[in-house]
Amino acid sequence: MKVLAGLDIEAKIQAEIPESVVESDQESILIDSRAIPGVMRFLKDTPEFDFNYLNNLTAVDYLQYFEVIYNLTSMNNKQTLMVKSHLSGRENLEIPSITHLWQGADVQEREIFDLLGIRFIGHPNLKRIALWEGFEGHPLRQDFL
Amino acid sequence: MALKTDLVTLNIGPHHPSTHGVFRMRVTLDGEMVREVEPMFGYLHRGLEKLAEGRTYTQIIPFTDRLDYVSSMQGNWGYCLAVETLAGIEVPERAEYIRMIVSELQRMINHMLAVGFFITDLGAMQTPFLLMFREREKLVDLYEMLCGQRFLYNYMRIGGVSHDLPPEFFPAVTKFMDEFPSYFQEFEDLLIGNEIIQARAIGTGVISAEQAINYSMSGPCLRAANVDWDLRRDAPYSIYDRFKFDVITGKNGDNWDRYRVRMEEVMQSYGIVQQALEQLQEVPPGPVKAKVPNLLRPPVGEVYVAIEAPKGEMGFYIVSDGSIAPYRWHVRSPDFINLGALRDMAIGSKIADLIATLASIDICLGSVDR
Repeated sequence: MKVLAGLDIEAKIQAEIPESVVESDQESILIDSRAIPGVMRFLKDTPEFDFNYLNNLTAVDYLQYFEVIYNLTSMNNKQTLMVKSHLSGRENLEIPSITHLWQGADVQEREIFDLLGIRFIGHPNLKRIALWEGFEGHPLRQDFL
Repeated sequence: MALKTDLVTLNIGPHHPSTHGVFRMRVTLDGEMVREVEPMFGYLHRGLEKLAEGRTYTQIIPFTDRLDYVSSMQGNWGYCLAVETLAGIEVPERAEYIRMIVSELQRMINHMLAVGFFITDLGAMQTPFLLMFREREKLVDLYEMLCGQRFLYNYMRIGGVSHDLPPEFFPAVTKFMDEFPSYFQEFEDLLIGNEIIQARAIGTGVISAEQAINYSMSGPCLRAANVDWDLRRDAPYSIYDRFKFDVITGKNGDNWDRYRVRMEEVMQSYGIVQQALEQLQEVPPGPVKAKVPNLLRPPVGEVYVAIEAPKGEMGFYIVSDGSIAPYRWHVRSPDFINLGALRDMAIGSKIADLIATLASIDICLGSVDR
């Protein structure tokens, strides 16, 4: 399995969707949060990338910003890619949902919403999944405890 | 005159024998037909991801036992592999073989139990289930020799395993390996031609290959939908490139295929264990654990490492800030994500088939809810 370097594909994504790539390194590529659906669709539908499988979707609280991480795999091209996106601030965090591209994102986006408090715009059923309705706060945030 | 009926909302679980723990579904029924399924998670949510942020890397290993508690060894392995990748630790060859043997035996346990539960949920009461438990019992005895535990092993360590295989392990495992095929065949003979099982399993809970990929399904559920994908072969980790095994796929993605894929994977795992035991003879005795400090401080960075656990792709996303505890510890549990497809698989079927479909996904609430 080949791990695609963000540096190598930055130009191609930038050419298709201008001003979408914030930065890139050997392991990952950082995408502007507003451009996520467009870039994801491009990565999924372009034969060269053909990322048909969403392995994992998670998020991390870095206090200054939140980072959403997408791990993609192409089963045909045998390659993987880590896509990231940053959200600044601590309240009203919003990022477009990708459930219309991969339905596997459904439960994972709900989990992030529940435990980290990031809203996924366009998610069909965004409500708490592990905790109960009415629970205050989001436990996986670093300032929760 | 057409008969007009009302829809009925039925709650199944969380305390129901066929929900395999504390899973809950809200089902909308039109007579016997399922119109809507809403899975509800969280009744076993222990906040393991949060708890891990306050533990050292070694202290987290017991948590991984409690993720998928039916296959604890694989949870241990996935986590240790992720930390080893992050910290750049080489595992001694002997330890790799020991990990391989115990983990593939664990896959056999998991698949046998999954099929046992599946058949039980089809209404075959306890006979097939107990036949599977009979074989599992022998394997659990082997694990007890290794680490004193029968269920939650806490056997692997970062950089290897906690103990070498004891001398009495080898005759015991040889005896098991000699006897197993005939016992397993007995089980196959009982089930495979059974008319009731065929009637209940063939053509129910169908999911297509495109849908299965779109739902991020993994493991036997994905392969049963005729997707030829196995991380052991396609992204080989540890020493899987030294073994010969087939990746089993189904055709239709129905309950029958999921049952058949598991049964055949048991024998593939059996083959891997046999090869590993043979190759282990060539490996000279030596350390089974790399030199790793007790308070491990991996370099700053993050890693996503996934293994082919019995239920599917079990991934660990670990962020290190250079301290003794991870900054963030995320588990990609296979059955949690496989369950996302339950709604599509069950709508339009009979409620009895919903129970069968749920059983054939093979969930373990420890890793669904974490």
